[in-house]
Amino acid sequence: MGETIIKIQNLIRSYQMGSTTLNALNNVTLDFTTGEFTGLIGPSGSGKTTLLNIIGSLDLPTSGSAEVLGRKIETLSPKQAAVLRNFEIGFIFQTFNLLPVYTIYENIEFPLLLQPQLKTPQRREMVRQALEWVGLADRAGSMPKQLSGGQCQRVAIARAIVKKPRLVLADEPTANLDAQNSANIMEIMLKLNRELNTTFIFSTHDEKVIKHLRRKIKLADGQVVSDESI
Amino acid sequence: MIKFLLKGLLRDRSRSFFPVLTVAFGVFLIVFLTAFLNGALASMFNTTAHHQTGHVKIMTQAYAAEAEQSPNELALLDLADWLAKLRAEYPDVIWTPRISFGGLIDIPDARGETRVQGPAAGLAVDLRAGSPEIGFLNLAKALVRGRLPEQAGEILLAEDFAQRLQVAPGDTVTLIGSTMHGSMAVNNFTLAGTVRFGVAAMDRGAIIADLRDVQNALDMQDAAGMLLGFFADDVYNDQQARALQTVFHAQYQDIADEFSPALRTLLEDSGMAGYFAMASSMMFIIALIFVAVMALVLWNAGLIGGLRRYGEMGVRLAIGESKSHIYCSMLGEAALIGLGGSLVGTFFGILLSYWLQYHGLDYGAIFKNSTMMVENIFRAQVTPGCYIIGFFPGVLATFIGNALAGLGIFKRQTAQLFKELET
Repeated sequence: MGETIIKIQNLIRSYQMGSTTLNALNNVTLDFTTGEFTGLIGPSGSGKTTLLNIIGSLDLPTSGSAEVLGRKIETLSPKQAAVLRNFEIGFIFQTFNLLPVYTIYENIEFPLLLQPQLKTPQRREMVRQALEWVGLADRAGSMPKQLSGGQCQRVAIARAIVKKPRLVLADEPTANLDAQNSANIMEIMLKLNRELNTTFIFSTHDEKVIKHLRRKIKLADGQVVSDESI
Repeated sequence: MIKFLLKGLLRDRSRSFFPVLTVAFGVFLIVFLTAFLNGALASMFNTTAHHQTGHVKIMTQAYAAEAEQSPNELALLDLADWLAKLRAEYPDVIWTPRISFGGLIDIPDARGETRVQGPAAGLAVDLRAGSPEIGFLNLAKALVRGRLPEQAGEILLAEDFAQRLQVAPGDTVTLIGSTMHGSMAVNNFTLAGTVRFGVAAMDRGAIIADLRDVQNALDMQDAAGMLLGFFADDVYNDQQARALQTVFHAQYQDIADEFSPALRTLLEDSGMAGYFAMASSMMFIIALIFVAVMALVLWNAGLIGGLRRYGEMGVRLAIGESKSHIYCSMLGEAALIGLGGSLVGTFFGILLSYWLQYHGLDYGAIFKNSTMMVENIFRAQVTPGCYIIGFFPGVLATFIGNALAGLGIFKRQTAQLFKELET
């Protein structure tokens, strides 16, 4: 059993929609430990992305508590939240979200530029390593538009893990990929999870992802309906 | 990080090329307008100074009060003494006397009877060889037919006036006027040549004669209506003129004596103080309108660009960049775009202004019936100010536009920006 890195207690996130209050998350209590490969599973509107956003310090709870890597999200200032994301959390998006005017190398280097203590040779080495992890060392100088969808998502993974975060949050990472590319992406993430002991939390309803998960948390209407570990 | 942002800026034409183009166009307009206005003002100052007022003008107080009627009976006496004193006390100023007079030009036929007549506005200046007046009035260049007067009794007529009177160089013309003492004066002159000043007010009916001839004709020995002073660099400097006025008045003016001298500056004498103030206000208003319009345009461009970049901002937030860092980098980009656009706009604005400074635009037809001392050819004038004036609105407008557009980053919740990544 690894160290607990995320502690969520009685978490409620509600949105005001005119005169009605919509509870995207309703009294969620969960713990996550180091090295997990976990998925938040559920249909659209079940609260997966909201929970990921709160864990990623991009959103705040309405009530309850979310403690991520020793920081209480609800008490963090925007700057402290940015520091947490910068040093500890990597994000992978459904639509890759690479910066189109930068090369693959530059896209991966970008998170490292926000860490001023890293000098150019260190950054260069870290980017080279990340490119090797995802098997794209030969495409460093290419632009995102020159890559396939699968390759773009591998670049996005490299960008998320280049700073060696303790936690990677992946929102529907295979939704725009075919079966072969999805399998490749999952292989890469499993390898990184094993080798770097990085915690991966997915939001997904894709069977191709679900079959690789070691823990499956099912959400419906903002509530945890099941939590199974394999 | 700066290098990284610069790369993005240079590679994304919608973030760099088009905003730079917009700023450059605006700055180009303001630089050109400034130079054009400078040119128009300088042209007005020069023309007025050379033809009418000098940079400073000394008259008796009584003459000054009625100056528009050229009241030569109130002229400044002891001219030689005044000239000697002024040249000794203010050696940096070129002093030259003039007489402004009106009269009727009568052209006789072969029998000596009046063939044709016309009202004339005369100007008597020192036309001796080496006189600065030939340069001030640009007579050599203005000469259309004949030559400049060389002997006593020779005059110049405006070319258009001469054509109307059907006279040619060598013909005799008679000036009918009044002497300084109020009696009738009739004098014959020989037309030496005709001139065209390019100033509609003068080309209609001007006579240029030598000062001594007119002094003799109008009984004004050792007298002149006015004594003009020109600064050595021939550029009007209001501060210098006012300083001179203060010193001169302290020494020579006696308010109680209407025949004591008064010194007027160009701005006071020509009523151009109003024009000058108006031109300065116009410059300010133009700059203000430019900043407002450009800020609006760039705000919109920034909003559109910002909307397009919400995805990028979401990624940057997720990666760990703070909102304030993103906002600052946007403002940094804006400053670079503003500087780049201002440089390009200033370059082309100055280029066109220089072209117009050397070639000029002929507005003669518009001023055909004008009484203003305005040259027919308008020229721009590039001053050191033209090199920097565009940078203030150029950088400011871009900065304000982007600052307003970028506020959206703070107004939107982080999660909302992040969510827009997926849309």
